[in-house]
Amino acid sequence: MGGIANRMPKFIRRADPAVLTAFACIVLLLFLGSLYSRSFLSPEYLLQQLKVASFLGVIATGMMLVILLGQIDLSVPWSVAAGAMMASAAAAYGPAGVALAIPFGILCGIMIGIVNGIGVAYLRIPSMIITLATNAVAQGLMVVYTGGFSPQDSATGAMRYLATGFTIPGVPNAVIIWALIGAATVFVLTRTGFGRMVYGIGNRERAAYLSGVDTRRVVMIAFAVSGGLSAFGGVLLAGYASKAAQSMGDPYLLPSIAAVVLGGTSILGGRGSYLGTVAGVILITLLQSILSVMQMPEAGRQIIYGVVIVAMLLLYGRAPASR
Amino acid sequence: MKDWRYWLAEQRGTLLALGILIVMFIIYTSNHPAGFTANVVQTAANKGVLLAFVAMAQTLVVITAGIDLSVGMIFLLTNCLASWLVVGTPMQTTLGVIAVLAVGLLCGAINGAIVIYGRLQPIVATIATGAVYYGIGLLLRPFPGGSVNEDLADALTGRVFGVVPASLVVLLAVVLVIWVPFSRSVLGRAAYAAGSSETAAYMSGVPIRRGKFAAYALAGLLAAIGGLFLTFFTYTGEAAYASGNAYTLFSIAAVVLGGVSLFGGKGSALGAIFGALAFRTIGDLLFVFDFDPLWQPLFQGVILLVAVSLGAFALFRVRNRLEWFL
Repeated sequence: MGGIANRMPKFIRRADPAVLTAFACIVLLLFLGSLYSRSFLSPEYLLQQLKVASFLGVIATGMMLVILLGQIDLSVPWSVAAGAMMASAAAAYGPAGVALAIPFGILCGIMIGIVNGIGVAYLRIPSMIITLATNAVAQGLMVVYTGGFSPQDSATGAMRYLATGFTIPGVPNAVIIWALIGAATVFVLTRTGFGRMVYGIGNRERAAYLSGVDTRRVVMIAFAVSGGLSAFGGVLLAGYASKAAQSMGDPYLLPSIAAVVLGGTSILGGRGSYLGTVAGVILITLLQSILSVMQMPEAGRQIIYGVVIVAMLLLYGRAPASR
Repeated sequence: MKDWRYWLAEQRGTLLALGILIVMFIIYTSNHPAGFTANVVQTAANKGVLLAFVAMAQTLVVITAGIDLSVGMIFLLTNCLASWLVVGTPMQTTLGVIAVLAVGLLCGAINGAIVIYGRLQPIVATIATGAVYYGIGLLLRPFPGGSVNEDLADALTGRVFGVVPASLVVLLAVVLVIWVPFSRSVLGRAAYAAGSSETAAYMSGVPIRRGKFAAYALAGLLAAIGGLFLTFFTYTGEAAYASGNAYTLFSIAAVVLGGVSLFGGKGSALGAIFGALAFRTIGDLLFVFDFDPLWQPLFQGVILLVAVSLGAFALFRVRNRLEWFL
């Protein structure tokens, strides 16, 4: 390390190389984009990207919490869809339904998360498996629910306002929401006992348990929060598209995991910062946006997307050489 | 203990899966309007065999304590490819089949290389490669279509001697040609050992890297055989994202039902095959009992949830709470 590292400003020396790489890639993407079209660096475009990124950001926040524990949440697609569909459906039940639409949608996500949490924490089922299973059950419930009759699927005014409105001129509400959730997450992760417990469990659950942490409850809460945030992401998405749809959550599973992992959070848990997740979310959103501006067909997008994620992980996401 | 009791203890999961399959199949056929006829068995076998191949593929990877979330996408990709290549004269068809299988093997080998030599986590790596394989499949078949050599397709999906479904014969052949030699070879044992305890296997000089690599590559090959069969049944290729995801998901369910441990090192592909056939039969029970097909996804999801929760019974045997944390 030596001389050069010591002369760099303190914040760079302390930063995670993975987070720096992710931010460097963002700058690179913006540069490449600006070569393609001048409008890439315009404030309108950047703000629009930030708004689109905030949906993924909200979902990835929950995913990050779970990944920090060394687990994974594969029930994101139908938690997102359930949140959106249930919130929209609640609006059909009079003014009270409209008022409670958003909390009800989030509650449905929390329920899915609690089932995941019970499975992982108390029944000790591998998270990858139980979350796939709850995803399938949530899908089944939604299919049964929408198949029998056609429920209301358009978003309420409040949902639209949250996703597309402007409380502060110039800053979309969705971005404010992401900032608030992000700030709360940073606070919880770095300033509270719960945050310490999350990192502790991610490093070695056995050690955390022996230190007197109720590890099962922490895991359970983390999954419930993840489910709730996925559903909230779905609510915002429904507001953005002003409509809930069955497969609306599918395009969010891979990106949310990728954003967290590209941001330097270890998939094995215990290591990672929220700043990295922010970088990962913006990186993924920019990549998607550039590919769609270039009018890349869906097939090409999927390929580039998978290749970029593997390539970036090979750059800095590798496990240490064994033994 | 006598030898046969060791054998019984080792095969408990497989035998349990076989038992579930037999019970479910009896319930299925006894309530089926047509009853236990060659036709009913053939249809059930054809549907079940697709999942059985994908579940076998998943088993190979799960045995090494990994997971392959791209099997469903390899299955789709090879389906799309087969709808282009497996046509024409017998010679062309043969070459096409070989090419499709080679592509499956290559996909599996790529997964293996990334996970083992690239040292990435199997979950993330295979989700990402799955996206790539799906993209290539979509490139090959933006719209459902294509065709297949119908003589071959009818031969492999029909019946042998008018009774035995040909697809089951092929499944048996694949087990004998791929699974049995692999599980008895040094590489196969290395895959088991790596899943059971990688450190111990490494210390004992077991070729764990080659063993795991072989497991991933063969998984790709098996998924490709499944993809070929899908083409034989449907006569077309289609890159349907939901269907690929469903096969990945169901392959995990089949593996769990078949008594293969998700922590690696335990289980057999035979168990996964029985698990797959049982899972399909359970899913189809709804039809013989005249339920609305709308309920099928929920029903399958609940079966999956129950199947994976059964593993929790092991908790009752835990004497020391620290064993909760692996």
